[in-house]
This record gives sequence, C-alpha cells and structure tokens, in this order.
Amino acid sequence: MTRAHLDRIATVNPDLHAFLHVDDAGAVAAARAVDEALDAGRPPASPLAGVPLALKDVFTTADMPTTCGSRILQGWRPPYDATLTRRLRRAGVVILGKTNMDEFAMGSSTENSAFGPTRNPWDLSRIPGGSGGGSSASLAGFCAPLAIGTDTGGSIRQPASVTGTVGVKPTYGGVSRYGLVAFSSSLDQGGPCARTVLDAALLHEVIAGHDPLDSTSIDAPVPEVVAAAREGGAGDLRGVRVGVVAEFSGEGYQPGVLASFNDAVGLLHGLGAEIVEVSCPHFRYALPAYYLIAPSECSSNLARFDAMRYGLRIGDDGVASAEEVMSATREAGFGAEVKRRIMIGTYALSSGYYDAYYGQAQKVRTLISRDFAAAFERVDVLISPTTPTTAFKIGERVGDPMAMYLADLCTIPANLAGNAALSVPSGLSADDGLPVGLQVMAPALAEERMYRVAAAFERVRDEAEGGALIQRVPDLEVMAG
Amino acid sequence: MITRDEVAHLARLARLAVNEKELDMFADQLDVILQSVARVGEVAAQDIPPTSHAVPLTNVFRDDVVHDGLDQRAALAAAPDVVDGRFRVPRILGEPQ
Repeated sequence: MTRAHLDRIATVNPDLHAFLHVDDAGAVAAARAVDEALDAGRPPASPLAGVPLALKDVFTTADMPTTCGSRILQGWRPPYDATLTRRLRRAGVVILGKTNMDEFAMGSSTENSAFGPTRNPWDLSRIPGGSGGGSSASLAGFCAPLAIGTDTGGSIRQPASVTGTVGVKPTYGGVSRYGLVAFSSSLDQGGPCARTVLDAALLHEVIAGHDPLDSTSIDAPVPEVVAAAREGGAGDLRGVRVGVVAEFSGEGYQPGVLASFNDAVGLLHGLGAEIVEVSCPHFRYALPAYYLIAPSECSSNLARFDAMRYGLRIGDDGVASAEEVMSATREAGFGAEVKRRIMIGTYALSSGYYDAYYGQAQKVRTLISRDFAAAFERVDVLISPTTPTTAFKIGERVGDPMAMYLADLCTIPANLAGNAALSVPSGLSADDGLPVGLQVMAPALAEERMYRVAAAFERVRDEAEGGALIQRVPDLEVMAG
Repeated sequence: MITRDEVAHLARLARLAVNEKELDMFADQLDVILQSVARVGEVAAQDIPPTSHAVPLTNVFRDDVVHDGLDQRAALAAAPDVVDGRFRVPRILGEPQ
C-alpha cells in the first residue's frame, strides 16, 4: 500500500505540488516494520498501523527537512521529532513525506509558500485552500488516505471545504503543540485530515491527548470520537439541537455555497435534528480581532528566526553587525505576507497602540467566547458554511490581502474561543461544480457530538448523491498524462 | 493613516531590511488592513476582561527532576557557523576595527 501511494505521488505530484519532501526509503522501512511485526504475531500498534499519511511541513521531523514553507528554514533538519510525529510513528502510521503550506501557516491559499503553490485536484488552476493546501490536495489527489494539518484561523477546515475532504480542528489544547513551529500560540492547533469522518476520528485518537512537554495541553481523556463517528453513521439525530449561525450568510457568500448549506440543513432536519437559528452578534468582530491577535503573537514567535542558531544566514561578511545580518536574513528569508503580519503585530503591540488594538481585540475575544457559551445553552452544535466561496483561481487574491482574509470569516470564531470545529463535504456547488464544506462546531472538549453529527450527515449526503463526492474528482493521471 | 516613515520604523523594530519599493507597497496594504482591524474599537468593552488563553489552565507544573536536554552536537547541527563548539555570530557591539 505504501509503494502504491509513493508511485501515485511520483506520477501526480509534479502537477499537484502537494509534497515538498517525499521520504521513499523511510516510508518503505516503516511499512516493512509493520509487516514484520504482524508476521511475527504481534498485535498491531494501533488501528492505523501501516496506513500512509502526509504530514504538514510545520511539524518537526528529525529524519526529514522541516521548512514551514519558508526560505528561512529551507533544508533545516530539526534535532527532534514533534510529539505528534512521535505518536504517529508509535502507532505504526507510515509518514510518506511533508506537505506544502502557506509560509509559517499564514494564508488561505498555499500561494504564500516560498516553494510555489499547490494545486487543487478538482481544478489545477485553482487553490487547494490554505494554509494546509498540501495536506488537503494530497487527500483529494489520492496521494495519501490520511493527512495532518494545523488550524489557527481555519487552515485545516477551509482547505477541506474547497477540496471536498474532511478536516478537524480539535479543542485548543487537545493535540500537543510540542514540535509544532509556532505561528500564533494561543490559536494554533494540529488536527486530522481525511476523506471520511471515521478516518479522521481514527487519526484524531492517535494524535490527541495530554503531553507534559506542552504546558497548554489539556490533561483530560481524549474524547471518544471513533465511537461517536460510528454512532453517527447509524443516521439518527433525533433529540440533537442544531444551531444555524445567523451571521454567517448574506453578502459575500457565493449563491452555490448558500444553496448547498440550505440543502445540508434540510438533510439534517430529515435525520430528526431540531434546527434553531441563533445569533452570535460579536462574530462580526472575529475577523478584525484575529488579524490583530494572530499577527501580534506571530511577531513575537518569529523573532527566533534571527540567523544565529539555525536557518538561513545572509550578509555575514565579517564586517556587518549581528543586527544587520538579522535584518538582511529576515528580509530575504520571509515572504510578503509574513512580513505584513509581523509589522501589524509590531504596531498593535507597541506602546500607544496596545490598548486600542491588541488589548481591545482580547476583549472582543472574551465576547466571542460568551456568544458561543450562550448559543450552546440552546443548541448542541452550531453549523455554517465553512468558507464563503468555492476554490478561487490561483493568482486571484494574492494582490489583495483583505480579500484573502475573508476566506476565514466563518472559521475564525472557533479558534478565538478554543472550541472544536470541523468541515465535512456538503456537496458540489451548482455555480461551478466545485466542493462546498459544511462546518460543524461544538463546545470545548465536546468533539463527540461534532463527529456524531458530521458522520450522520456524511452518510445521508452520500446516499442523496449516490456515492461519496470525492469519487467525482477528475482523474489526475489523465490530466497529468 | 499609517505613513511610510511609520512602516519603516516598524520594519526596523522587527529587524526586516525592507527595500524602498516594498515600503510603498506595505504602507498602502497595512493602511487598509489597520483601518479594517480598528473596527474592534467599535465594541463597547470597558468592563470586559481580556482573554489571553481561551481554554484556561492553572498552575501547570512538573516535578523538579533533572532531565537531559539537547546535547551540544545536536544543538549545533543546524548552525550557520560553528567555532570551538559554539555558535559563531556576527559582532554585536561597536564598529568593525
């Protein structure tokens, strides 16, 4: 199975550019180790032993480069594996390689990668989403059945939505951030990506859980999401109260996306769910609050890339000062979006501006958490479209940062509040035949109800469509050949 | 309205040697972005406590037991320049002699 996937990658990756690094030898060795253990009569290390996986290039791997999509870390070999990496290996998962991403996870299209964009398997002229476009494209392109992403403002869910795959942002603190190169420490969260809800649940249980090496990781049992997904697969949502977020509709939303969302609401109702409209009035401020908090945290986190201990160093001619070398290196090593966010963060945190910008954004964050808490008194889960549009064209939004930021409109509130949220395919848009995602959100640590609803929805949607939507993705080997 | 000079100041603070063309581009873009994010000021929030950590934890400690860290070789393995088992860095003080 590993060899079949490596062959597939070799055929389609030149067009897709989902992978930055493919570890043929390591993957084959890991797969062989699983086979040998099974032949020797040892029980499998996990239900996912031997299953291949694509890992977003933001997690450290001691035996593979980790670039975060950035020139400043080009060729960097970390001295340690991330906890998530170690858990995957311990479970017998076969890591095929590292996937492309927007630089340091900043972006919604994977166009900010220093190594070129990844393309959407549904239409190679379109974006696969971001920042985790390499992971989502590897799934939709059938290069791997499983992938790992990270989600700070929607970077797992939005790519899942535009590629017709499943992507989950666990509760903040649910998955260890040790070895996850930090972008925005109070928002970043690693999570599972797959083509089905059950596969995502299986991967979730492998990677989640308390880690003493991450002081923000939650010391609580991993939610039983596999059981929840199986229960959901029975297709009965009677007694479940589903809230539609009133604010996530209207201007800026593509008609085909809204139509698909309305169909989804109808299907959920058909399964017995009670549909309730809820208003979360402060969600309107989530995008501006995020584009203050995340850049502020990133300006601090990215200060470590200073050309002193690792990574790129430029301009060290024996005369230039350390400060000059740092500035020249960071100028050459970071792309435009990263520089923009560092400068916004520097501005928002500087004296005289701190209270009006960063301080105020933190208060908005409290109000958003309160909106969620009030909503979850009335409903069990909240739903919305995952993102306002289908996959846009490569090059369409790179010149307009604000237009790019709008892709995160629906996903950001869950990051700010630390809740669990996922995207599950809801259909193909009537406008353009491209995938649309349904976002399901649950309170912190209540992943089970989110997986249950998503699994039930997936089943009834597949039945309504006459099969899984992902089977309709164009044949890449025909497109490539 | 953020000025070109303010952007140049931010770049210096952030140790980014942005060039003249970038300064113009960033000044325009940052102006649009900052005006948009300033909307957080519309929310009446005087009595609202700020959130720095959405899923709060308290007193996350570990036992005071010595663990090994990275060994010297591993720590230096990705260094741009190594001399005598240390990171060699450009001068941090004074003018070149």
